[in-house]
Amino acid sequence: MWSIALLILLPLAASIAVLRAPDPQTRDLWVQRWSIALIAVTLLFGAGCWMGFTDQTLYAIPHWLQTALDGFFDLVGLILAGTLLYLCRRIKWNEWYIPALILTQTGILFVAEAAATHPQVEHLFYVDPFSVLMALIIGVVGGLIALHAVPYMRDYHRHAPEVPDRRTGFYAAILVFLSAMFGVVFTNHIHWLFVFWEITTLCSFWLIAYPNTEEALRNAYRALGYNLIGGLAFAAAILWLAAGSGPYTRELDRLVGAGQLALLPAVLIAVAGLAKSAQLPFSSWLLGAMVAPTPVSALLHSSTMVKAGVFVLVKLAPVFQGTLAGLFLGLIGGLTFVLTSLVAVNQRNAKRVLAYSTIANLGLIAMCAAVGTAEALWAAILLILFHALAKALLFLGVGSAEHLIGSRDIEDMESLVYRRPELAAMLLIGMLGMFLAPFGMLLSKYTSFQAFLAMDLLPGEGALLAVILAFGSGPTLFFWSKWMGRLVARPHRLPSIPNAPPRAEQLVLGVLTALTALSCALFPLIELGFAMPYTQQLAGLGLIPAHAMAIPWETVGIMSLMLGGLFILPLAFWLKPPLYIESDPYLSGANVEGESYRGAMGAERLATNQGYYLIGFFDERRLMQTGIIGALGLGVLMLGSSL
Amino acid sequence: MNAWVAALGFLVFGPLLGALLAGIDRRLTARLQARQGPPLLQPVYDVLKLLEKDTLVVTPLQGLYLWLFLFFMIGAGLILFTGGDLLLSLFALTVSGIFLCLAAESTNSPYSHLGASRELMLMMAYEPMLLVAALGFYLTNDSFRVSVITEAAPWQPLQLLGILVGFLFVLTIKLRKSPFDLSTSHHGHQELVKGLTTDFSGHHLALVEIGHWYENAILLAWLYLFFAPWGPWLAIPIALILFFLEVLVDNTHARLTWSHTLKASWWVTLLLGTTNLLLLAWWVR
Repeated sequence: MWSIALLILLPLAASIAVLRAPDPQTRDLWVQRWSIALIAVTLLFGAGCWMGFTDQTLYAIPHWLQTALDGFFDLVGLILAGTLLYLCRRIKWNEWYIPALILTQTGILFVAEAAATHPQVEHLFYVDPFSVLMALIIGVVGGLIALHAVPYMRDYHRHAPEVPDRRTGFYAAILVFLSAMFGVVFTNHIHWLFVFWEITTLCSFWLIAYPNTEEALRNAYRALGYNLIGGLAFAAAILWLAAGSGPYTRELDRLVGAGQLALLPAVLIAVAGLAKSAQLPFSSWLLGAMVAPTPVSALLHSSTMVKAGVFVLVKLAPVFQGTLAGLFLGLIGGLTFVLTSLVAVNQRNAKRVLAYSTIANLGLIAMCAAVGTAEALWAAILLILFHALAKALLFLGVGSAEHLIGSRDIEDMESLVYRRPELAAMLLIGMLGMFLAPFGMLLSKYTSFQAFLAMDLLPGEGALLAVILAFGSGPTLFFWSKWMGRLVARPHRLPSIPNAPPRAEQLVLGVLTALTALSCALFPLIELGFAMPYTQQLAGLGLIPAHAMAIPWETVGIMSLMLGGLFILPLAFWLKPPLYIESDPYLSGANVEGESYRGAMGAERLATNQGYYLIGFFDERRLMQTGIIGALGLGVLMLGSSL
Repeated sequence: MNAWVAALGFLVFGPLLGALLAGIDRRLTARLQARQGPPLLQPVYDVLKLLEKDTLVVTPLQGLYLWLFLFFMIGAGLILFTGGDLLLSLFALTVSGIFLCLAAESTNSPYSHLGASRELMLMMAYEPMLLVAALGFYLTNDSFRVSVITEAAPWQPLQLLGILVGFLFVLTIKLRKSPFDLSTSHHGHQELVKGLTTDFSGHHLALVEIGHWYENAILLAWLYLFFAPWGPWLAIPIALILFFLEVLVDNTHARLTWSHTLKASWWVTLLLGTTNLLLLAWWVR
């Protein structure tokens, strides 16, 4: 119990300390120290929980403290609404809906609060294996990102002198964000969960708007607006739980335990989850969020924000299981998965590729959550973990590369294997980790296939979702491999990169690379320690059908062998490089020294290559529009079928 | 014990079988074109000759990617032939294909790059159908394990008829046959030179060839799996006939563009594969 309080309060204390730091040097030092402390505390907490898991543990606190905290959270909620309204002072006329949303949301909550009686809240916090794993992701990955941010932001301001230096607030916002995320994963009180939820929205707004340009502001408002739509749905769920005909409760465990009786509030909260995890039709806010400095993107995409969205979806999975609303939720995820994977093929901007791939993978997690069987939840939980690690690595790696080569265009990363081998190796491992055997994401995909086909709730649902997954895998393969192809290409006459990334950045990237690789090798530990106990516990409560599932040891063995080969072959190659005669590539015999050739008019030309983006084949705008319309339709069906 | 024999058998005889298939392929093609054709073991002689030649490289790293290509190809075959997990084997096959593309990309030469990009596009085209085929096997047997699939009910080929047709369609791509031989060209003086393999020579080209032999054996095994419940005496001839049907297609069709290939194979996957899978799911449950 007290460890939860520690986890929530530690980043909060850190942010206050950072705000009070006397000068920039001390501040940077403190950010680093507090981040390291956060990582250490989270690891200790995780290890402690891993050793002694028994069951879901619910915690109550003394009555007087609870009353005080209740008042405190009401106050925070009001301050939050006030702050958000204050931030709206720079909106444009066509963003009128944002203050309207804030006011409506506050109004709904006020009505819910003003009711004569409130549902009693017995347990305020809980710890279960899934939330512990989430805490580990938030603390460790989030802490690493904060560590990386310090040297990165120094470079950032050197590269962009026009951006006002508000770094103190920046670090503080990141830390508050982490604190709120801990709150989201541990609190059992739905109203408090909502407050934490809105704090993440506020922090993300502030971080996206950091560059203070017109574009950044507009994108930040879009992110705020879309997340507030989700927040409105969440507030409506709270009102329903207080005054509707469904379960009369304010506790998350009771809500989940009510099963299909709680379908309507669960669907409303799922809308909030979909908005936060940038699923269609809300996807565009996450793409707009890329104007922010890279650590913000890394934070939003890997350990916080979008993961809060899928976290509640997975939490609510037992409610959706076997319902029509669940099918529509899964189809929204599936639509998002296929369309954003296709759109990612079009992208030349590395960060946009990463963003679309994040949205796609979250779609897959949403599909798993909607299916809600033990296997599907297992897959969803491991997807969350592997995705967080690989995506944090990729974002930070792309950020470091961008500072070195001055561009985030995939074509400009050509030959990175030769120009900056260590950085390229990390990026390659991150990419392999995202889509190829023997890495974890693929293992989760494998389990998803199995889970979809093994379910027998609605006829044909599983097969449909499995086909969607199969279709999305093709383009996924294409856009990652194309990017890898550019990285491994031998250099023409590209300038080499004289300086390495700062040491602290390298260290963080190295740790994330090691974690990406290790989490695949050690995944049975994660499986036995977190994913299995969680699904067993849900099955024990009778919320999902009990199903003995385990990845057979043979599969684990084969995967480990492949992983071994993937590391040993390059190592052998490096230790004992084969001696072959190097020659120029084939240019129809018209080579002129190296990679130039004698062209038509006798002129000397350099033979250059670029990747395929199939822009004439898939049209980003049309696909996304189709997706938004389709997802809106599915969303209406989802809400309709839950009534 | 049995699995060890199968593994060893695949390691040793897999490439031999693949080479024979390639030899018969060349012979058949020659006969279709009213030529005599090379001896059956010509692919083996070719590789033996390649091994004696000097290896020129554009970048030393291309060898690493090619070894990884072969490693994962053999891995995929070992999983399949020891009765392991079909889907896992397919994943390993994909990894192997990607390393071949990376090897070609690493040379950064126009022809190799074009070949690799087209190969990736072809992978994007056939991957969904291969996955759907594996899913079909799962639905009929409740397992991805090859050892279970070979003991399926005798009406499995009928249950998976649509998937089988779709699989044959993408098999043409996988075997790099016309009309889908976009990424390599087996005939001289075409716009791609040799596509994917333009800048490989000597040992490296031999590696690619051996990899393709293994791949032939693996793909033949996939075909066999569809008919496995009818027993080897029926299933092996059928698989071989279907395999060589591809040679006929190869010789009677002109090459398509990549966009046609992509559209055609996705439509086939959607219409035949998906419909079959959905009906099957509905029927099985």
